[in-house]
Amino acid sequence: MNLNLMILIPLIPLAVFLLLGIFFRRIKEPVSGYIGVAGLTIVSLISFYIAISYFLDFGLVNGEYQKIIVFRSTWIHFTDNLKIEMGILLDPLSAVMLIVVPLISWMVHIYSLGYMKGEGGFTRFYAFLSLFTFSMLGLVLSVNIFQIYIFWELVGVSSYSLIGFYYKKKSAVLAAKKAFIVTRFADLGFLIGLLILSYFAGTFDFLTLTNLDFIQTLNGQAVTFMGLSVITWALILIFMGGAGKSAMFPLHIWLPDAMEGPTPVSALIHAATMVVAGVFLVARLFPMFYFIEDGIALEVVAYVGAFTTLFAAVIALTQYDIKRVLAFSTMSQIGYMMLALGVSGYGEHEGLGYMASMFHLFTHAMFKALLFLGAGAIIHAVHSNFMQDMGGLRKHLPVTHITFLVAALAISGIPPFAGFFSKDEILAAAFEHNKLIWFTGFIVAGMTAFYMFRLYFRIFWWNDPEYKHKPHEAPKTMTVPLMILAFMAAFSGFIPFSDFVSTDYSPFHTHIEWGLAGASVGIGVLGILLAVLFYKKENDLSDRFARAFGIFYKWTFNKFYIDELYFFITKKIIFKNISAPFAWFDRHIVDGTMNGIGNSTVWISEKIKGLQSGRVQDYAMYFVSGATVISMILWFLLNN
Amino acid sequence: MDILTLFVIVPVITIVALMAVRNKSYFRVVALAGFIVQTLMSFNLIYQYLQERASGNNDIFVFTKDVIWFAPLNIHYAIGVDGISVLMIMLTSVIVLAGIFISWQVDDLPKEFFISLIVLSSGVFGFFISYDLFTMFVFYEIAVIPMYLLIGIWGSGPREYAAMKLTLMLMGASAILLIGILGLYFYSAPDGGQLTFNIFEIAKVNLPVSMQRLFFPFVFVGFGVIGALFPFHTWSPDGHASAPTAVSMLHAGVLMKLGGYGIFRIAMFLMPEGTHFWADFFLVLAIIGVVYGALAAIKQTDLKYINAYSSVSHLGLVLLGLLMINNIAWKGAMIQSLSHGFITAMFFAMIGIIYGRTHTRIVSKMSGLLVIIPVIGVLYVLAGLANLGLPGFSGFVAEMNIFVGAFQHSDTFHRVITILAASSIVVTAVYILRLVGKILMGPPMEEYANLPGITWYEKTGTFILLFFITLIGTMPLWFGKILSDSIIPFIERL
Repeated sequence: MNLNLMILIPLIPLAVFLLLGIFFRRIKEPVSGYIGVAGLTIVSLISFYIAISYFLDFGLVNGEYQKIIVFRSTWIHFTDNLKIEMGILLDPLSAVMLIVVPLISWMVHIYSLGYMKGEGGFTRFYAFLSLFTFSMLGLVLSVNIFQIYIFWELVGVSSYSLIGFYYKKKSAVLAAKKAFIVTRFADLGFLIGLLILSYFAGTFDFLTLTNLDFIQTLNGQAVTFMGLSVITWALILIFMGGAGKSAMFPLHIWLPDAMEGPTPVSALIHAATMVVAGVFLVARLFPMFYFIEDGIALEVVAYVGAFTTLFAAVIALTQYDIKRVLAFSTMSQIGYMMLALGVSGYGEHEGLGYMASMFHLFTHAMFKALLFLGAGAIIHAVHSNFMQDMGGLRKHLPVTHITFLVAALAISGIPPFAGFFSKDEILAAAFEHNKLIWFTGFIVAGMTAFYMFRLYFRIFWWNDPEYKHKPHEAPKTMTVPLMILAFMAAFSGFIPFSDFVSTDYSPFHTHIEWGLAGASVGIGVLGILLAVLFYKKENDLSDRFARAFGIFYKWTFNKFYIDELYFFITKKIIFKNISAPFAWFDRHIVDGTMNGIGNSTVWISEKIKGLQSGRVQDYAMYFVSGATVISMILWFLLNN
Repeated sequence: MDILTLFVIVPVITIVALMAVRNKSYFRVVALAGFIVQTLMSFNLIYQYLQERASGNNDIFVFTKDVIWFAPLNIHYAIGVDGISVLMIMLTSVIVLAGIFISWQVDDLPKEFFISLIVLSSGVFGFFISYDLFTMFVFYEIAVIPMYLLIGIWGSGPREYAAMKLTLMLMGASAILLIGILGLYFYSAPDGGQLTFNIFEIAKVNLPVSMQRLFFPFVFVGFGVIGALFPFHTWSPDGHASAPTAVSMLHAGVLMKLGGYGIFRIAMFLMPEGTHFWADFFLVLAIIGVVYGALAAIKQTDLKYINAYSSVSHLGLVLLGLLMINNIAWKGAMIQSLSHGFITAMFFAMIGIIYGRTHTRIVSKMSGLLVIIPVIGVLYVLAGLANLGLPGFSGFVAEMNIFVGAFQHSDTFHRVITILAASSIVVTAVYILRLVGKILMGPPMEEYANLPGITWYEKTGTFILLFFITLIGTMPLWFGKILSDSIIPFIERL
């Protein structure tokens, strides 16, 4: 099998980006879209072919999946051990991502042909989509943690450009800026973590870093800082970078605002791929997280994940903007993936959480992308993001309705849809390791079902408002991707994931824990039934409920005022009390001193310039008086 | 004629040709022709240099030549290059070339403008090729003086004030520098032989520790002023703000690099003891410059001031890298010099292009320019992204080398400084994106609805710079190799 073909996987989107980017004024709609779709079709086919044959054919050797370095070359050379390499690593983790990223990106490329039709900047849109796809693929195929960091920044900038796609709108500009700066701040943590690794581990290479013997030597020689090994600190800081990208509390504030971007972008970047980069990063370094100092860093991952999943689910209950509901839902689901990694052990069945996390990453990408694309079709039809403007759409948008329902059932964990299997594995893993975290996940499963069906019923049932224009179903380019993703959301749960992905790279067997599964399905169904009660027919039950909760409802609705807190810190404290005084200090004190020196020179010369008057009698007088003074001094000295 | 002296001769020929030309519209063509030759020569120089190295020449400087020109004080015209200087020469010629394109439409005394620009650049070339302290100093002065005229005559705003301030501060620095150079000179022959200005001769002498500790700060501060060392950076915001575009480009892009280069070549190389003694002190000043420049940039309202403070921050990183005294950080500092040169030149070029259309540089008076002048807007965004250290552009490579190098010190003092320096990348993102968000994005303004698009000469000028920014950013290994080979003889002394 010729794996050199893989080099095309990131390069084709890069080429498309350069082509569309350089000629963005010449290539017009819809040609740029066709170029983008054609490029992604080739990329997807190559990726699927490689990933599937890796899993089914050549990957497994002697019961263990191989880590294959397809290609690598040094990019920056620090020392002989410490260097940044660019390359392609093929292992189960990257192979899974080789299915997720191209598939979703491909669907979004096709979908956007319809969705973005007639919007200004069509070519720009496809250029950025390609840039994003290139960066994301480069990220997941990295051989070196610094390579991840590099592509990490690049996905950040593509996300920035796409959130700010409607750049004439002030809110979009602000959202884009916020997303970039918040994640950049998180990346500072990532960078410092890398610097610590550069010194204490002396390498950036993944194969070395995840080597168990190497980790033991690191454990043996670790220097401690504030009671923890420096390597643990490095991992926590790297996780900070991951938490920024994956919108974990308290670095999540950019994600809801990122919904200002076009909906296909939200589906691709802010639901299925980029936001799970943090999960991917932790999974990539999993042996380090697990073995360094008995997994203290991993514990942090678990609790941050668990808290975020609950926090986001609570907020999702109250939002009215359908994209924001989905954004908080994404946060909550990524929290699931993080907590699954956090509770995971290592080896065989112990590593269930790790496998479940990747499984959920996979299924979540399918149903969440589907939900966003469905939301896009809905917004396309009713020209509003708010559920108050919707209702009864099942008659108008039949395809969207059915696919949306499939996705909602999948995310609520109802068998036999995909989410049931992955969520069940997560809860089983959590139950084995930490009952508190399991309970959080269990409650959130119920809340998820409730807010998803709140959304579903409110959009598709409730009552028919007066639509100005009769909503109509989206064009084929949009509905076909919906149907494909719906197929995946319905059936991808049957993939025997533990045969492919595991902590120690050997397949193992899982079985469904019927007791736990029954409980979580039960609470899911309960959530759905509540939603039926509240939202199937128009009624004021929900308003009465909201009033009953009063202050708690208000806090939740306002996302617990975290945004305001950040705003206060940056605007009021940093800008006003640090940056402005610095600028003032520079103008008046530092520069003032320099000007002061200059001015005092001028002042002194002003004072003494009278001496050089040019009048002979003045000079004569100075001469005579000087001579007199000197002779008096001489006379005085001589007489003593 | 040897390959290096040509770099001083060609500008002279260009100036003579400019004098001879009568027709106003030919001035720029002559200047352009002169600099295209110069740029090609600088590429050829790199090629020749690599050939020379490949053929096994391991001298510190190659293509050396030594002619005495003032025997009583033993001053030589001693020239030669290593990997660092050949890249610096390339930087200079590319930036001047781009600058000539950007000032294609200068119509106020164009002949004199181009002559001053060329005199300035030949001073810079001379500086980069000499290894005789006095000759270096003379070329340095040649580079600084035309700045006064360029800002005073072709500048804008409070140009006399800015030109005066800039020149006086740089002259003051030169005086300090001269003390340092004379100190080195008078200690250059401890056993009573011929005193010398030759760097490599002085390097062979064991300079007394007390002398090194005394004179190191003179040379460091003397060069530090032009390298925007805090608190002597204040000439630069005013100077840049008043200077015409091409001069800002050349000044921030090249002239400010003389500081770091001189510190590396003279202060650190000749006075290793002094370097170790003073490194921590100047490191504190450098990190203040890095953080302070970035924070002060957030609050500026004038595009050029933002860029000027950004330069203070980025050049602070050059000094910081140098003071970290190891191979990786030094390589980073050199790449940062090159990278900042191209990026800031592109930034100033874009500011000039925008100012030429909107006639304002105040951030709050512009909005939505991306709709009206898309190509200019995109190029501005690219310059901004390069400035904030996005991978793929040169700034990222430089910063990563500096940070990784700096972090190899195991004591808390250096660690804290490294982390502070790394945190400046977040602040940089804040002011760049604020700028992009305010002037390029947002609703377009009525009064700018009919701005003309980018012209061919503006496009050429900026594309040349962008090309080099991405070249360094995507092929760091090649540049890193040239630099790190040349760093070795210098790092070995410390």
